[in-house]
Amino acid sequence: PQGRLLCGPGLRRSGAGLLVTKCGLLRHRPAGGGAYWVDSQQKRYVPVKGDHVIGIVTAKAGDVFRLDVGGSEPASLSYLAFEGATKRNRPNVQVGDLVYGQFVVANKDMEPEMVCIDSSGRSSGMGLIGQDGFLFKVSLGLIRKLLAPKCEIIQELSQLYPFELVLGMNGRIWVKAKTVQQTLIIVNILEACEYMTAEQRKQALAKLSGN
Amino acid sequence: QVWQIRLDVHLLNHDGNITDAASIAGIVALCHFRRPDVSVQGEEVTVYTPEERDPVPLSIHHMPICVSFAFFHQGTYLLVDPTEREERVMDGLLVIAMNKHHEICTIQSSGVVMLVQDQILRCSKITAVKVAEVTELIQKALENDQKARKEGGKFGFAESIPNQRITTFKMESAAVDTNDVEEQAGEIIAKADPPAEVFANPVLHTPGTAQIGEGVESSWGDLEESEKEEAAEEEGDSEAAAFECEKVETEDTSTIRETKNDEPIVLSDSEEEEVVILEPQELPRKTR
Repeated sequence: PQGRLLCGPGLRRSGAGLLVTKCGLLRHRPAGGGAYWVDSQQKRYVPVKGDHVIGIVTAKAGDVFRLDVGGSEPASLSYLAFEGATKRNRPNVQVGDLVYGQFVVANKDMEPEMVCIDSSGRSSGMGLIGQDGFLFKVSLGLIRKLLAPKCEIIQELSQLYPFELVLGMNGRIWVKAKTVQQTLIIVNILEACEYMTAEQRKQALAKLSGN
Repeated sequence: QVWQIRLDVHLLNHDGNITDAASIAGIVALCHFRRPDVSVQGEEVTVYTPEERDPVPLSIHHMPICVSFAFFHQGTYLLVDPTEREERVMDGLLVIAMNKHHEICTIQSSGVVMLVQDQILRCSKITAVKVAEVTELIQKALENDQKARKEGGKFGFAESIPNQRITTFKMESAAVDTNDVEEQAGEIIAKADPPAEVFANPVLHTPGTAQIGEGVESSWGDLEESEKEEAAEEEGDSEAAAFECEKVETEDTSTIRETKNDEPIVLSDSEEEEVVILEPQELPRKTR
């Protein structure tokens, strides 16, 4: 095929051909010059620049917070990297808090660094995640499915009850609904969505909304 | 000349308590392993290949197995074999490694819990029971494997994985005692607070960001404490009963406050300790 072929995650160039480095389904997108990638199911996260992730604050070291993002190393987050933060106006972040941010530096040679503002200085949804709610881990494949535009799962869930949802590309999801019971119901559905077909999901939701 | 053995443990997936699982996997691997046979005649050492002579098992004297205990609420609650979520919120962890002869091989305590002597004794008794069960399971599994290999049946890791069946999220339902449930439920409902109001209409800020209810008061503060404003606005659905609402004056708003004439008014966030504003009844000007 003519044009530039994009070789995505799970594939590697070697000489004139392509080598597969992960197990999974091979997918193809004909748009542009064409792109091939391997859709693999894994739970372990490797920090990638530009990914939005949920981190847990593990330590405050001077001007910098250390966050656990599920990778091999803790990420660092400067306290100035929040919207409206100045040297005297520090964000009120404690150890154990949840933070939603994106990576600016993430490669295998250096410790990953995160920020909670985008390039224009606005927070655009990032920053400290509020109190309460529930954080749990799922596989990376499920996160990508949920982040797809017009995801059915999220639309069907929103018919049940209103809730707040933050999806981190590192496999972490934070949910908060009005009561603890509703929150836990949503958590269980999202976890089970990994292996339920659309039919089973609709049945489960119908049973819940009937109650 | 000696043999050197290396044991690698690869973690494929876990739901907490990796220590226990890895210890069982390690000891089973060592018991299962066979090394090439060797014969020594004076200075001559002959190593036989697996084809010449059957490989020989390692001499394992005993099988230490780890059992982990998670503590909550300063030792009030104790959980054996914690799952991932329980591990994340536990106060302290106690790991005891024991063999089936009730000999303790390792004790390790971590976390912020102070343990009492009889708690540790109780844990070691629980460990003895668990280790006896696990050791029996291991023996049976090793025997089955040996039988399968001798009779030519299927064996190995690939065969022991259930095919075409999803085993994630499969949990056996635990039996729950439902004898007095109705009475208990009635009591709880009678004593409980009325449920919070449910807001069904989220407020849409921008595409992709919505808000239900009100969150906690933002407590961004300057390095110096600024005065608390007395009139705190009460929002409709604040869960604020437990949280302290500290209203912080931002740099933009300047309000006329009624203070006594002789009290210094701290309005700006300048570094000076006392800022006295002359003629305080007028609109105060920033004293930067």
